[in-house]
Amino acid sequence: MKSLILVATMLAGIAVLSMALTFGFCVSTLNNPYFVAFTNGAKAEAKLLGINLIVMNANNSNNTQLNQVEDLIQRKVDAIILNPTDSDALVPAVVAANKAGIPVITLDRSVNGGKVRMFIASDNVVYGKLEAQYAVKLLNGKGNVVLLTGIPGVSATRDRSKGIMEVLSKYPNIKIVANQSANFDMAKAMSVMESILVAHPNINAVIAENDSMALGAIQAIKSSGRKGIIVIGGDGIAQGIQAVKKGTEAVDIAQQPYKMAALGVSAAFFAVNNIKLMPSHLAMPLFPVTKKTVDQWIAESKH
Amino acid sequence: MALSNGFIRKYGVIFGLFGIIVFFAIESPSYFFTASNFILISKQSSINILLALGQMFVILTAGIDLSDGAMAGFVGAVVAGTTVATGNLFLGLIEGIAVGIGFGIVNGIIVAFAKIPAFIATLATMSAITGMTLIYTHGEPIWNLPSSFDFIGQGSLLDIPFSIILMGIAFVVVWIVLARTKYGRHVYAVGGNIKASRAAGIKISSVLISVYAISGLLSAIAGIVLASRLGTAEPTAGSGYELDAIAAVVLGGTSLFGGEGWVVGTIIGGYIIAVLNNGMTIMNISAYYQEVVKGIVILLAVMLTSFGKKYWNE
Repeated sequence: MKSLILVATMLAGIAVLSMALTFGFCVSTLNNPYFVAFTNGAKAEAKLLGINLIVMNANNSNNTQLNQVEDLIQRKVDAIILNPTDSDALVPAVVAANKAGIPVITLDRSVNGGKVRMFIASDNVVYGKLEAQYAVKLLNGKGNVVLLTGIPGVSATRDRSKGIMEVLSKYPNIKIVANQSANFDMAKAMSVMESILVAHPNINAVIAENDSMALGAIQAIKSSGRKGIIVIGGDGIAQGIQAVKKGTEAVDIAQQPYKMAALGVSAAFFAVNNIKLMPSHLAMPLFPVTKKTVDQWIAESKH
Repeated sequence: MALSNGFIRKYGVIFGLFGIIVFFAIESPSYFFTASNFILISKQSSINILLALGQMFVILTAGIDLSDGAMAGFVGAVVAGTTVATGNLFLGLIEGIAVGIGFGIVNGIIVAFAKIPAFIATLATMSAITGMTLIYTHGEPIWNLPSSFDFIGQGSLLDIPFSIILMGIAFVVVWIVLARTKYGRHVYAVGGNIKASRAAGIKISSVLISVYAISGLLSAIAGIVLASRLGTAEPTAGSGYELDAIAAVVLGGTSLFGGEGWVVGTIIGGYIIAVLNNGMTIMNISAYYQEVVKGIVILLAVMLTSFGKKYWNE
C-alpha cells in the first residue's frame, strides 16, 4: 500500500513538472453570460499556449476570492489573473501575491493597491456615454427617457450612470421621466418597466445599463402593446445581439469579454517570461452594435 | 376584548393592505388607482404568491423551505431546455413539474428522516439546486423558445392574464385542502403539536414529505410562469425569491412556529409586497429608499399581527 502511494506521488510529481506553466484565473462570478464568455476566452487562450489554467469562481464574495488567491499562492502558480469582486477588498490579495513574487493581471475591474502588471477593462463611463449619445441621436435631442440602472452601489452601475448623466444633462429637451434600479436582472426589469409604463403614457426611449434589463424592458413593452419606444442596452450578450437583429433593441453597446480574458492570459504569459508590459492599462474598445452593423458583428465575433 | 384582538390578528393585514392602497391612490390617483394597474399588480404578484402558497404548507408544519426560489429557477431551465431540444412543450412541462415534486420529496425526506432542521436542509438544497441550474444552462440564458411557450406567462383567457388564473386556481385548491380536508387538519396538527399528533396516530413523516412536495410542485409552476413571462430561462432566475415568499406568508399571519395560518392572509401578504413595489416605482422613489420602506412596512405589519396574537392568547 505504502509503495503504491509513493508511485502515485512520483507520477503526480512528474506530471506537474512536465506541465509548462500553471496560471490561476479568478473570476468574480459565473452567474451571468458575460462572465461565462469571459472565462471561455481565458480557457481557449490557455489551451493555445499550453498553459494549465486553474479557474476559481468567487460567487461575488470578496472573502471567498481572497481565500482563493491565497490558495493559489500556496500552490505556487506562475501567475494570477484576477477579475476582482471589489476594487478595495482585494488589495490584500494582490499584496500577498506581490510578496510571493507572483505576477498579477487584473481584468474588468481594477484593484486600488499592490503592484499589478497589467489592467485590462472597458471603460464603464464611456459605456454609459455611448448609450446616452445613441439615445440623443435617435431621439433628435428631444423626448422622454426611462433609465434602468444596475445593482445599487456597484462600480459598474455608478460609472455607467455617471456617463449617461454627463451626456443627457447637456440636452435640456431630454427629460428623464423615471430612474429606477433593476439590479441588472431581466425579471426585475420587466416588473419595473411594467409599472413605469403605467405611470408614463409618453415614453420615447429606455436606456438600460445592460442587456438583461433591456430585454426585460422589451418584454414589458411588448406585453403592454405600446409601440415606438426605443430600447438601448449593452454588454453584447447573444440574446441582446439577436434583439438588435430583430429590431426590438435599437443599440447594444457590446463589450468583448472573450477577447479581454484571452488578452489577460497572454499578458500573464509575457509577464512570467519577464517581458515588460506596455502600457500597464489597456482599455478594451466598446462597439455600439446597431441594425446596420449587427451582421458584421456576428460574423466577426463567433462567440 | 379577546374577540376584538382576535379580529385584529386575523384581519389586521387586510387593513394594512387597504391603508397602503389608499396612500398610493391619493399620491397617484390617475395612474395607480386604475383597473388596468390592479390587473398588472395581480400579474406581478402571481409568481410570488404561487411560491408563498407552497411555502405556507411547510411553515404550517413549523418548517421552512429556503429552496423554493432555486427550484423555480431550475424548473424554468429544464422546461425551456427540454422544449427547445425536443420541440415538445408538453414534455417539457411534465418533466419540469416532476422535477419540482422530486426536489420537494428530497427536501421532505431529509427533514423527516435525517432529522436535519428544515432551515439547514433547505439552505443546503438551495445551494445545490442553484449550482445545478448553472451546470444545466452553462450559465447562459435559454431563449429562442417556441411561441407556444409564451402563453402561460403572457397569454390571456377572456381578457384575464393566464398567470392570474393559475394563481386563482392554486388559491382555491390550497384553501379547500387546508380548510376542508382531513389532510389539511393533519398539516395544522403536526405544526401545532407534534407529540399530540403522533399520539393521535398521524403519520408525521408522510405529512412532512408531502408539504415539501407541495412546495416543490408550486415552485415548479412559479418557475414555469416566470420563464414564460420573460420568454427566457435565466441561469439566475428565482434567486432571492424565497425571501419574498416567506415574507408574504408571515405578513399574512402564519406563525413561523407552525400550526396557525390563514390562506387568505398569505394572498394579502403577497399583494402587500406587490403593491409596494408597483406603487413606489410609479412614484419613481429611488431604489435606496424602496428597500428601507419595504423593510419598515413588513416589520409594522408583522408587529400588528403578533401583538394582536399576544393579547388574544392572554
